Amino acid sequence: MTGSFRHSSLRHSRKTQGWLYAAPTAVIVGVLFVAPLVLVVWMSLNRWPLLGPATLNAPDNYTKIAGNPLFVDSVLFTLKYTAITTVLLSALALGLALLVQERRPGVGFFRTAFFLPGAVGFAAAALLFYGMLNADFGPIDPILRTLGLIDEPVKWIGTPNMALFSTITLVLWRFAGFNMLILLTGLQAIPVEVYEAARSDGAGRWQIFTRITLPLLRPTLALMLILSVTGSLLAFDQFFIFTNGGPDNSTVSMVMVIYRDAFFRFDLGGAAALSVVLLAGLVGLNTLMMRRLR
Amino acid sequence: MRRYTTLSALAVLFLFPLLWSGYASLEKPANYLRMAEYGEGVGTYATNSVLVSVMTVGGTLLVSALGGYAFARFDFPGKNLLFLATLAILMVPYATILIPLYVLLGYLGLQNSLVGLSLVFVMFQLPFALFMMRNAFESVPRELEEAALVDGCGTFRAFSRILLPAVRPALITVGLFAFLASWNDFFAPLILLNDGASFTLPVAVVSMTSGTFGTVDYGMLQAGVVVMALPCLILFIVLQRHYVRGFMSGALRG
Repeated sequence: MTGSFRHSSLRHSRKTQGWLYAAPTAVIVGVLFVAPLVLVVWMSLNRWPLLGPATLNAPDNYTKIAGNPLFVDSVLFTLKYTAITTVLLSALALGLALLVQERRPGVGFFRTAFFLPGAVGFAAAALLFYGMLNADFGPIDPILRTLGLIDEPVKWIGTPNMALFSTITLVLWRFAGFNMLILLTGLQAIPVEVYEAARSDGAGRWQIFTRITLPLLRPTLALMLILSVTGSLLAFDQFFIFTNGGPDNSTVSMVMVIYRDAFFRFDLGGAAALSVVLLAGLVGLNTLMMRRLR
Repeated sequence: MRRYTTLSALAVLFLFPLLWSGYASLEKPANYLRMAEYGEGVGTYATNSVLVSVMTVGGTLLVSALGGYAFARFDFPGKNLLFLATLAILMVPYATILIPLYVLLGYLGLQNSLVGLSLVFVMFQLPFALFMMRNAFESVPRELEEAALVDGCGTFRAFSRILLPAVRPALITVGLFAFLASWNDFFAPLILLNDGASFTLPVAVVSMTSGTFGTVDYGMLQAGVVVMALPCLILFIVLQRHYVRGFMSGALRG
């Protein structure tokens, strides 16, 4: 065997080997990601009942979206929920991150305490709040009554505004630590020397925050905003479990409408069309945010 | 000092719900006995959840370790395309492809199947896991495996004997993320499983809120919350270091 032949067969076999190691990834991505992406578009062009054969009906599934009042309302509601949640969550996470950014005694405990709700599953967290805010079973109403803050049971999920308020509280509790952790990675990447230089130039705490911390934190803040906006626009668990869309369908999110179309109205084609619209909207929004914010 | 007062007050707010849930469930131990007999029996649901988590963690580790090795050490046609396609999973919202996945798993004979559900979880974990594993393998010095290859080991022996032990921390991080995601997820099993006997814990415990004869058994419900939450809390506290590394790696940035 000559040297060069040996060399080329070795290179050839390394190519094959590379493919073999990557093959499981390719199969998973191909079958469970690329194929469903193609399928969702195809389904959206068909009348596709939960049971029974599909028939081509394009573009009916798309044209009827505008006439689906539940979906139109859900878009407005989800946008409102997303705006409020993102603002409050960013502010809270930033506050927490600033409080625990410096290594001091006990800071590790507080970081863990703030993050711990994030280790609990979101469904479990929603059920926890479901019990905690129940006037007869939970502790919140008795505590508020003892403090003299209320006279009668609070309708935590009984009115549209209270349901939204309670849900956002749940989301803040569950996700503040997660977002704090993201921001901490950004804060810790700011060199100590920058702060020292600013301080020796006589900058105050507020100046340091607005002139140094915020600008240098921008990429991390952008990442957090994108994750928060995307996550909120796709809200499902909190409303399905905690408010069940109520009262009077006032807390129905976009993904809930997709779910209802598919499994209560057995209209998989309609659900697929809504999915495609949501998918296109989110990919567009993400691209826009990445350009703008980074 | 004022800082510590603020921190302590906040810590109370964040920890209170967790402590209350544990207290409310244990106040009457019978809560757990009723939960044990709920529906198909909590044992069935817990077993389903454990099976799904084990298959998801195992599958994610297997696929991402092999794939990470391929992307870190080999050149092959289509390499960049495959990597981008995997990362694109992050761009596509989870909820929008579950409906077609439901139909697709039906074609594959995996509807209402714990295996099918686990495969879907592996797919959703893959961008993060592959990114983590590729970076981990890239940071292992090439000399280490070249020595083994010169000694006559095949690439697979070098991979399993030399490289895998070297990337153990990354494997733990990937496994932890895969466990938390698969154990806790509610939406995917809600859509992909349709028979009570195959429900995982989140779906089963959420079904308790529909109540019997119009009354919800809140004590039993909190017992269910504790059974779901406790393994995650313990694992997180024990493996916190590895969890935080997942954030620091930049893998979330995809």
